[in-house]
Amino acid sequence: MRYLPHTDQDRADMLRVIGVETIDELFRDVPADKLLKEAVDLPRHKSEMEVARLMRRLAAKNRAAGDGPFFLGAGAYHHHVPASVDHIIQRSEYLTSYTPYQPEISQGTLQTLFEFQTQVAELTGTEVANASMYDGSTATAEAVLMACRVTKRSKAVLSGGLHPQYREVVETLANMEDDECISLPPDPKGGEDLLAEISEDVACVVVQSPSFYGQLIDLKPLAVRCREKGVLLISVFTEVVSLGLIEPPGAQGADIVVGEGQSIGNALSFGGPYVGLFATKQKYIRQMPGRLCGETRDREGKRGYVLTLNTREQHIRRDKATSNICTNSGLCALAFTAHMTLLGGDGLRKLALRNHERACRLADALGAISGVEVVNESFFNEFSIRVPGDAAALVEKLADAGIVAGLPVSRLEPDCGLDDLIVVAATETATDDDIAAYASALAAAL
Amino acid sequence: MVNDDHLAPSLATLKPKRPTFSGNKALEISEPLLFELGRDGVSGVDIEESEAFTPRLGGQERQAALDLPALSEPEAMRHYVRLSQKNYAIDMGIYPLGSCTMKHNPRLNEEMARLPGFADIHPLQPVDTVQGALELIHECGRYLCTLTGMASVAMSPKAGAHGELCGMMSVKAALAARGEDRRTVLVPASAHGTNPATAALLGFKVVTVPAGEDGTVAAEMVREICAKHEGDVAALMLTNPNTCGLFEPQIVAIAEAIHEAGGYFYCDGANLNAILGKVRPGDLGVDAMHINLHKTFSTPHGGGGPGAGPTVLSEALAPFAPLPLIAKTEAGYRLVETAEDCEEKPFGRMTAFHGQMGMFVRAFAWMLSHGADGMRQVAEDAVLNANYVRARLQDLMSLPFPDHPSMHEVLFDESFLEETEVTTLDFAKAMIDEGFHPMTMYFPLVVKGAMLIEPTESESRASLDLFTATLRDLVMAATAGDTSRFVDAPRFAPRRRLDETSAARKPVLRWTPPSGEADAEAAE
Repeated sequence: MRYLPHTDQDRADMLRVIGVETIDELFRDVPADKLLKEAVDLPRHKSEMEVARLMRRLAAKNRAAGDGPFFLGAGAYHHHVPASVDHIIQRSEYLTSYTPYQPEISQGTLQTLFEFQTQVAELTGTEVANASMYDGSTATAEAVLMACRVTKRSKAVLSGGLHPQYREVVETLANMEDDECISLPPDPKGGEDLLAEISEDVACVVVQSPSFYGQLIDLKPLAVRCREKGVLLISVFTEVVSLGLIEPPGAQGADIVVGEGQSIGNALSFGGPYVGLFATKQKYIRQMPGRLCGETRDREGKRGYVLTLNTREQHIRRDKATSNICTNSGLCALAFTAHMTLLGGDGLRKLALRNHERACRLADALGAISGVEVVNESFFNEFSIRVPGDAAALVEKLADAGIVAGLPVSRLEPDCGLDDLIVVAATETATDDDIAAYASALAAAL
Repeated sequence: MVNDDHLAPSLATLKPKRPTFSGNKALEISEPLLFELGRDGVSGVDIEESEAFTPRLGGQERQAALDLPALSEPEAMRHYVRLSQKNYAIDMGIYPLGSCTMKHNPRLNEEMARLPGFADIHPLQPVDTVQGALELIHECGRYLCTLTGMASVAMSPKAGAHGELCGMMSVKAALAARGEDRRTVLVPASAHGTNPATAALLGFKVVTVPAGEDGTVAAEMVREICAKHEGDVAALMLTNPNTCGLFEPQIVAIAEAIHEAGGYFYCDGANLNAILGKVRPGDLGVDAMHINLHKTFSTPHGGGGPGAGPTVLSEALAPFAPLPLIAKTEAGYRLVETAEDCEEKPFGRMTAFHGQMGMFVRAFAWMLSHGADGMRQVAEDAVLNANYVRARLQDLMSLPFPDHPSMHEVLFDESFLEETEVTTLDFAKAMIDEGFHPMTMYFPLVVKGAMLIEPTESESRASLDLFTATLRDLVMAATAGDTSRFVDAPRFAPRRRLDETSAARKPVLRWTPPSGEADAEAAE
């Protein structure tokens, strides 16, 4: 077996050093009737070539985003990632190391985390960011729990523009914790009256901008009302590239900013692994979940980095911990940081502008088709269209024609009367030809 | 924009403390922060320019500055490669962190995860266009159920602690379906910290089960505690093999005790590597167990994630598994994403989308490569290696629980250091100077100054011989009073011991421009 270094002779010699005759003597604490006498009912080991053949066969049954026109977003985005990013994260020293609990021999990981935290804080317009969360949806749920801790209240208000699956993740956790969730009905145009929901018994308001439907939301009036009522404003984004072009949530007054960082540095990968971003104000850091990397000095006065404020964490606090989380999304955070380093602020702004331009062109092309309505007045790289009839059937039909046309809202929001909506995204990967192909296929399908 | 390490040196600064002009030492090259390297006007990407168009941002244009520097590609590569060289890694040597299962990460798996048919597919594509992905998740789940002898699996949890949450949420949902509001969860003192944290997060009351003198849990003790909390026992959370590296000999009786009390048996699967293909947790009476794909199934730890924590469930808990569900039908693989779409009673959703697909690909490739025979050999070699380390060290280091054989990891305590001025921490730091990553220190909490060594099956005998010979030399140095090798350690690492106290007292969590620079910018 290519991954196991021992020969049978090694094994025999080592058993002798240990002082037992057979390996099963070392398993003697296992109740005898529970120790399997032979291998479980699965195939025997395979060569590298056989495994690769099998895996390629499975992969070939999937239609990759790069295979043709692709306009699906809704929380995960098809972007170009520079080739160097993947080479950096495949360095053994990053790929095959553990959480940096021994900082003297983990300065590589720690310094990149410090860079990551700085980049995320700067992007979101906040004071501090943590070393990442599992993904945007779990970061959102953790933000709600944190807001309940900070305000000592237990009611969360969720905007109807929040990604339906993010909403479900928050509701699931809140339900288990016996907290209350007020989820407003789906809100494609951003017309809901959230201000009316903000009162003294509310811990937090959760708003997504750009919304699940693509609408850009002005957070400033919400921030003012929240401050008056002692409520924390949690701002969510699923498309981090938008922060290159739109006013960051921190600058608009959000108290906690969370979101999905996949778009920068990370592949679509059918939904994971991704990288959750979590940022807030300095005054809340001791209530923050997740790992934090901090600057310090070594004995010789040299600058270095360590994981810090560990007393919040489960391995120290056990049942008093702020959260049960004990990993971040280290390698995805590194991919984010490396890609962000290649972009810089200027590059991100250009990339965001290109995304917005592609989406505006697509909106023009689709909106020009008779019977198709672009729902949102303002958007970043994603918007909703209303089509005559059943959107889900239409998306299937376009898929058969080789075009991934977006997400029919009814797939995630069944029985909401939104069966005629498709959420459509265009990133820098969409060419003029792709846009034209989508428009003509849609026109033909109607 | 210079830090102390990069003060422009002059000949006068070439003192003995600074043996080279650059401050570097051959391959040891210091590297500033990216924010100290980047310049305006530099870029590592080229982005297509757009023809003029009318933006539709509705007055939401960014007003705040976006002050992030860029590096060109050659500079960025150099920056991150130089930083990488300040890390220890499995590919460099033994990484014997107990309870972490730092085994070899096969590179075939990396290549497979990057196939466009896996890496470049969207979680919400039409289901007909991702049949291969659904098949892979389903098959990966089937393998995990077969290996553990469990009825079903929730694939979506993102990491071990998330899987624990999933398992305990299933318990809570099952209790609710029974119309019961039980609140007591039994957790042994030796448990991972995540166990009590998870239980507390869900509003359960944690009752600690003391460890027996031999390092294992007595069924009688569990029975007594259950009796004391009669009618309120929701679950027991037990790690097996436990964190002392021992297989719980009374586990079947413990499972019976918790079931008789009306509770469920949650097993922490962190240590599955020891029993893979040798014992099925389902045969022991387990109701839920998370599986760390990044431990037993070799998906890379990546400096602290991403992990993956699929959670296997018994018949009793299976109906409450969270969304999404994947079902094999005559017409292909069906993906259930909403409660409206199924007959089961999912307790909700753990995460957006379907879990850590990239990790499923790697773990499945690992399982295919090893096969049923290879996986059994993995457990045997992991246990063999831990016991070999134990045999080579037990005369010099102190074994708190000598009565049982070790499984995949061996626990020592610091009593062998009692007469010396060396602590467990010092001992670990001295290992760094010898070119090893230290073992897990001060965990589990049930012994004083714990040192938990898990070599994994990836280590050759030669590697273990050098490792144990080095430890023997260190023990002898400590007992001989050669304390400088310990209290000053590490001496040869990229950094000496770091001041963690001041880092926590006055947290600096992000880079900010030196004050002179900020003033200059403000004046502009």
